[in-house]
Amino acid sequence: MQKLILRRVNAGGDEMLLNFGPQHPSTHGVINFLVDTDGEVMRKAVPDVGYLHRSIEKIGELVGYPGFMPYTDRIDYVAAMFANEGYAVAVERLLKLEVPPRAQYLRAVSCELCRIASHLVSVGTMATDIGATTPLVHALRERERINDLIEELCGARLTYNYHRIGGVAFDLPGGWKEKVLAYLDHLDGGETPSRSMLAEFDRLITYNEIYLKRLGAVAVIPREMAVGYGLVGPNLRGSGVDWDVRRDVPYGAYRDFKFDVPVGRGIAGKVGDAFDRYWVRVQEMRESARIVRQALEKIPEGEFMAKVPRRIKPEAGEALSRVESARGEMAYYVVSDGTDKAYRVRARTGSYLAMGIIEDLSPGMMIADLVALIASLDVVAPEIDR
Amino acid sequence: MTPTEIHERLKARFGEAVGPLSEPKIDPFAVVKGEAIVEVARFLRDQPGLELDFCEDLTAVDWPKRNVVEVVYHLFSYRHRHGIVLKVEADRAAPRVPSVEGVWKAANWMEREVYDLFGVEFPGHPDLRRVLLPDDWEGHPLRKDYQEAGGWHGIGNVRESPLVELRRLDEVAMAEAAKNRPPPPPPPAPAAPAPAAPAAPKA
Amino acid sequence: MAPTPTRPYAPKSTPKWLVALTLVVMLTVPFLFPVLILFATPLDTPAGLDALARWLGVTSASGRDALTAGALLVVAFLFLNFGAIFSGMCVWWERRIAGRMQSRIGPNRQGLGGFLVWIADAVKFLLKEDLVPAEADSLLFRIAPYFVLTSFALTFVVLPFGHSVIMADLNVGVFYITSVTALTVVGILISGWSSNSKWALFGGMRSAAQVISYEIPAGIAVFIPVLMAGTLSMQGIIRAQGGAPWEWFIFRNPAALVAFFVLFTSQLAEANRTPFDLPEAESELVAGYLSEYSGFRFALFFMAEFGNIWVMSALATTLFLGGWQVPGMPAQAIDALRGGAVVPPAAWWGWQLVSMAVFATKTLLLGNVVIWLRWTLPRIRVDQMMTLSWKYLVPIGFACLVFTLFWQLGAAAAPGLELVSGVALSLLFLAIVVAFLRRVLKNVSDVRGDAIDLSNW
Repeated sequence: MQKLILRRVNAGGDEMLLNFGPQHPSTHGVINFLVDTDGEVMRKAVPDVGYLHRSIEKIGELVGYPGFMPYTDRIDYVAAMFANEGYAVAVERLLKLEVPPRAQYLRAVSCELCRIASHLVSVGTMATDIGATTPLVHALRERERINDLIEELCGARLTYNYHRIGGVAFDLPGGWKEKVLAYLDHLDGGETPSRSMLAEFDRLITYNEIYLKRLGAVAVIPREMAVGYGLVGPNLRGSGVDWDVRRDVPYGAYRDFKFDVPVGRGIAGKVGDAFDRYWVRVQEMRESARIVRQALEKIPEGEFMAKVPRRIKPEAGEALSRVESARGEMAYYVVSDGTDKAYRVRARTGSYLAMGIIEDLSPGMMIADLVALIASLDVVAPEIDR
Repeated sequence: MTPTEIHERLKARFGEAVGPLSEPKIDPFAVVKGEAIVEVARFLRDQPGLELDFCEDLTAVDWPKRNVVEVVYHLFSYRHRHGIVLKVEADRAAPRVPSVEGVWKAANWMEREVYDLFGVEFPGHPDLRRVLLPDDWEGHPLRKDYQEAGGWHGIGNVRESPLVELRRLDEVAMAEAAKNRPPPPPPPAPAAPAPAAPAAPKA
Repeated sequence: MAPTPTRPYAPKSTPKWLVALTLVVMLTVPFLFPVLILFATPLDTPAGLDALARWLGVTSASGRDALTAGALLVVAFLFLNFGAIFSGMCVWWERRIAGRMQSRIGPNRQGLGGFLVWIADAVKFLLKEDLVPAEADSLLFRIAPYFVLTSFALTFVVLPFGHSVIMADLNVGVFYITSVTALTVVGILISGWSSNSKWALFGGMRSAAQVISYEIPAGIAVFIPVLMAGTLSMQGIIRAQGGAPWEWFIFRNPAALVAFFVLFTSQLAEANRTPFDLPEAESELVAGYLSEYSGFRFALFFMAEFGNIWVMSALATTLFLGGWQVPGMPAQAIDALRGGAVVPPAAWWGWQLVSMAVFATKTLLLGNVVIWLRWTLPRIRVDQMMTLSWKYLVPIGFACLVFTLFWQLGAAAAPGLELVSGVALSLLFLAIVVAFLRRVLKNVSDVRGDAIDLSNW
């Protein structure tokens, strides 16, 4: 294996082959990068993934439709709500099942809270990777409160298993709405955006001069490149592509909400640099808070679970679901052969596609920039390896 | 543009190479002949009005009954917000499908994954090697007839239930305890052997 | 929101004996060493040694030499221990500060406020296995920490602590300190190379580039107070300043104010402190040159790193911030108190203590700035680090140097010039501090009632 990869990176002569991972503080999980360096400047960084491969797609073929739901949590344990939702939506499309409106709103609320939590982890770890240790702790403190809220909603803090085929598992707990609204006021300030935790986070790190210099015009992904390499979500929007599945191909309750889609503007240098991807995430937290407020305000009464037969047996066919996960568009492709087990389950995740761009983007970058690039792509190892 | 309209344009351009659109169950798809897929892909990406610039998903499905591996392309256009699903059927024994890596860079890693897990060769791919599994892994796990080899380099992929191990440890501990325990004093006369019992371990 | 602060993890109550022990250690140990040093420094002077020899009845030349060597050993032992104990306490202080800044608690179990944690750390380091990687260059790997330690310890030879408290007031003091601090880079480079780890090598190379680059602006900046004082002696530089802020070099000359920041930045870089912690950048190089070290050898590196906070702050205090000068009590007046007696009168001792307290206060305040920066700023990239040094600090340093040359001419011609500048810049600095504090209060009130809460101290 090493031999094969050595051939790829052509180490030899004055260059040094550096094993950047799999155990390294800033690879965000168990990922290896074989880095061919000439001093601090890289010739090439070749990602080597698969350390966390658990054959989740194969498991999907071996268990029944509802039984696969807890496994989807493990595809992306930083933002498990979306993995739940994507699978549920795909199977519902196969079943041609109508989800009750209340369930759709509950999905939106849970997903957007989860998006805030996931983005908090992302921006916090990014600051740590750039060398500022304090923002991570502040971000995790805020995420902790979201975890508490979601725990109250579905009993789990990380692997939620909250969504069901045809709805969600539990209704709103009593008094939860008020707690969420109070938390959102604390997070984004409500009427006074300057008096909020996100504003404090901005003051702490976002517009720090060193931080801007470290991320601005670094690892620039132009628009065409981002589209061609299939980047999705904040990475795509950071490159200036105004695209959000929630707004442009709406699913669930997202038709009913008003929100803006932040797009990278090159504040710190060029459009599509590492700072733009970071900045888009910070802004998305504010938009998510807006969506949660609207959803909690307009949430309809009624069932939170559709009538679903005990044994789920969709007729033969195939369906693709697209949901906007915290790491971008997540697609589930489910093929049914008419039995009670899926014939094929495929999860196409944002992190996997983002890994593909690193090798071609790395030549000429510095080692410290590779860290910034990995952090700005917000890759999560289990989502790559599944 | 609906998938039907895209399909009509494909049909008009490529004729027989593009099969009919499947009955619109949920996501209709068209089967394309393997050797035409690169041309079709380039046409779909570059033709004004189509511009399917986003290769949303590229994966495969194994059908042992029909003796084919289907490679599935989900394509989408950011500008026109339309998409189509294409399929290429390849022989199960030695599946080969030309690579569309030159059309969509995103296909690079997804084709590698299909190669890794299904064993589909993609001629024209610049870097076709296993991605998720180790390079010397045998077999392609997402094939329907895949049998686990029982481990890799001495690392087993099966293990006994931890309960069995715990029970065995428990039995060992109990046997040890039984061996070391001093013989229980005879119940009828507890007073007489009691002073002797603590002295026994010393001796 | 605001859940009731139950603080389930806080210990219910600290045992009384532990509180007592903590307070005793906290209050005595840091003060014990300077005071011992104060008592020991007269031994270092010929007159003091003569008096000691007379008192002990030693008359032979060899006995006199042995006495000198013994006195030097005692003084060196005290200074080295001061460095070690300061760095230990600094670790505790920094961890508490970091805890506050990151809204967590920090060490709070060992003793009152977790104060004894540094002793626990030290014991842990001493008990750990001294691991030498199989592929490492064993000799160099073992020897590297001693270079760093030596460089750190040697700086204390010329660092002043108070009016008369200095190990040796060399007439090339500033020059000496610039030279011995350069030894650190040798140790780091050796450790990086001998570890036979790529991360360590990267760290070592970065450190070499960084320390050598930043010695140049630091060296230039140091020459501005030297020019103003007309001497290289540390005590001489302090004596050329005064107790009040407008008598300090930093405010007496606009260029010196700039030079102070040049020096401070360069010292941060030389001590590998954030934002210049590239040699051990944990998110890039795992731990840089420290990657393979464990146990006592790691502790030596660690001790030097934290002890360097004192060294750099003390140097900046000496050169720019008036050193131990007590406001309202000129150095000559303290000299006059001593009189001709071998054992000086009590008032002299008292003023010595006051001057030491003044010096320690200034140094610790500056040290706190270093700690504060570390937990606030991100790390700069290696090319930015080089750019900052060569394209900004070095030219600015030279400009300050040239400006100071003319300023000294001007000050000689118009004696009021330095006083005007001193008062004006002091007031400006005060205004900046006030504006900063107001901003802090606003930011605190912006996060909705999270008032400054020191309850967990």
